[in-house]
Amino acid sequence: MIEVQALTRRYGFFTAVDHLSFNVTAGEVLGFLGPNGAGKSTSMKMLTGFLAPSSGTAIINGHDIRSERIAVQRLIGYLPEGAPLYGEMTVTQMLKFAGQIRGMNGAECQRAVDQAIERLNLQKVRHQPTDTLSKGFKRRVGLALAILHNPKVLVMDEPTDGLDPNQKHEVRNLIQEMAADRTIIVSTHILEEVEAVCSRAIIIAGGKLVADDTPAGLIRRSRFHNAVSLSVAEDSGLDARQVASILSELPEAANVEVNGVEVTVFPDGDVDLLSAVNNKRDEHHWQVKSMRLEAGRMDEVFRQITLGSGQAAPTGASQQNNNKQEAA
Amino acid sequence: MNAIKTILRRELLGYFSTPVAWVFLVIFLVLTNAITFVVGNYYERGIADMQPFFVYHPWLYLFLVPAIAMRLWAEERKSGTIEFLLTLPVTASQAVIGKFLAAWLFLGLALALTVPLWITVNVLGDPDNGSIFTAYVGSWLMAGAYLSIGSCLSSLTRNQVVAFILAVVTCLVLLLIGLTPVAGFFRILLPQAFVDGIVSLSMLTHFDAISKGVLDLRDLLYYFLMIGFWLCANLIVVELRKAD
Repeated sequence: MIEVQALTRRYGFFTAVDHLSFNVTAGEVLGFLGPNGAGKSTSMKMLTGFLAPSSGTAIINGHDIRSERIAVQRLIGYLPEGAPLYGEMTVTQMLKFAGQIRGMNGAECQRAVDQAIERLNLQKVRHQPTDTLSKGFKRRVGLALAILHNPKVLVMDEPTDGLDPNQKHEVRNLIQEMAADRTIIVSTHILEEVEAVCSRAIIIAGGKLVADDTPAGLIRRSRFHNAVSLSVAEDSGLDARQVASILSELPEAANVEVNGVEVTVFPDGDVDLLSAVNNKRDEHHWQVKSMRLEAGRMDEVFRQITLGSGQAAPTGASQQNNNKQEAA
Repeated sequence: MNAIKTILRRELLGYFSTPVAWVFLVIFLVLTNAITFVVGNYYERGIADMQPFFVYHPWLYLFLVPAIAMRLWAEERKSGTIEFLLTLPVTASQAVIGKFLAAWLFLGLALALTVPLWITVNVLGDPDNGSIFTAYVGSWLMAGAYLSIGSCLSSLTRNQVVAFILAVVTCLVLLLIGLTPVAGFFRILLPQAFVDGIVSLSMLTHFDAISKGVLDLRDLLYYFLMIGFWLCANLIVVELRKAD
């Protein structure tokens, strides 16, 4: 359980994190989103006791990060950005060092080290100095260090940054595996990751909290949410513009956009746009290569929220068929 | 205590798993011996003591100790491991002390490896072993004082070269103010008591007696205060600037 209360960090006149408040409960995986320089890393450094807050605080499993820093650090597992390691030490030495610092005795430490090595598939490199490892392995060693003591609270700063797709997949599986009874915060700017692993996401921009929602809720804010996109078959002689102008006549359509052979129709409020478009297609016997109901586009929501441009749809506007897809 | 010991062990392991330790030990031994025999006229003096060995230590340490100290914090900063270290359940003071003690022990080892020289003196003559031992202790204490300065200045930057130069210059100043001509020059400009105060801050002044085997409580106190002061400064710098 993490309760962040008006957490603030200033560097001179610059406010990196500005009265940030949110809660995370056990079992939740919180995605921490924001453009570069938004204050994600600074916030995480404060939560893990590396940086002292300028004002405000956070309570982690009942311990205040200001007054009980060591107690917080004892229960937290942290993967710093870029997974810094002591280059001259081997993987095993590094893990043992962390174990000993955390007060594990010989046998206990050995067991924890073996377990972490197994969990992150580090067997092959366990006796290699970390300097000689590839980026992916380094990141995994960093993760092994973070989960070594089986922490109840896990904070990871861009855990999949720089990994290949297979490694990303592994790390995401690991996070989901660990999620059951733990409190996890993951910062990232890879939006697909939020949808893949997070049960909730907060977005910060300019040090301030600008959105706090489930990934599905965030996607619903997209102007593409419940829009219908269709691609006309190029060899059918059908003109996308013509299709667009016909579809714009629909009472359900608010707006139509054409992008090459793809036509996107935006709904006017809470309407069944898909059926309407479908009917039109049948009526005009259009040859359509594909047609789908859009769930929404995360990157577009992200841009809209962090740049503060455009007007986000109200959060509560829940729709029932946001996952319905159709291919024709 | 446990954390300090663990950090100390990790640091020592770090020295010996890279060539740094071996290169340093070889250079240290070659230089100490060369100076003792060539500059210090070890044989030609015909006196069975280790004065020629100890008397150049303040100048030898001027370059060798900052070379060991420069990496202590600058490297942690550069590689980002400072964030790993200080988000473990470790206080900054434990980290400062652990790192300092590791480097100090390492310098002690380098010094201990010169013991064959001590044995040689005993073979050749009949030296005052008590005063030689005192001089060894004094030399190690002085190395500790240099080291604490180097450690503190190393925490100011992420660049080891900058850390090295800052430490050499600071130590040099602390040496030079103890030289009679330098002090004499300041005596023209400044009040007597003030100059005496400055001179008493010099490493050189306090090493003089100890290197001859005279153990003065004030000299011991000087070195311990020096180490304490610079390590406190070290701690403050680490606490305030760890994220920069």
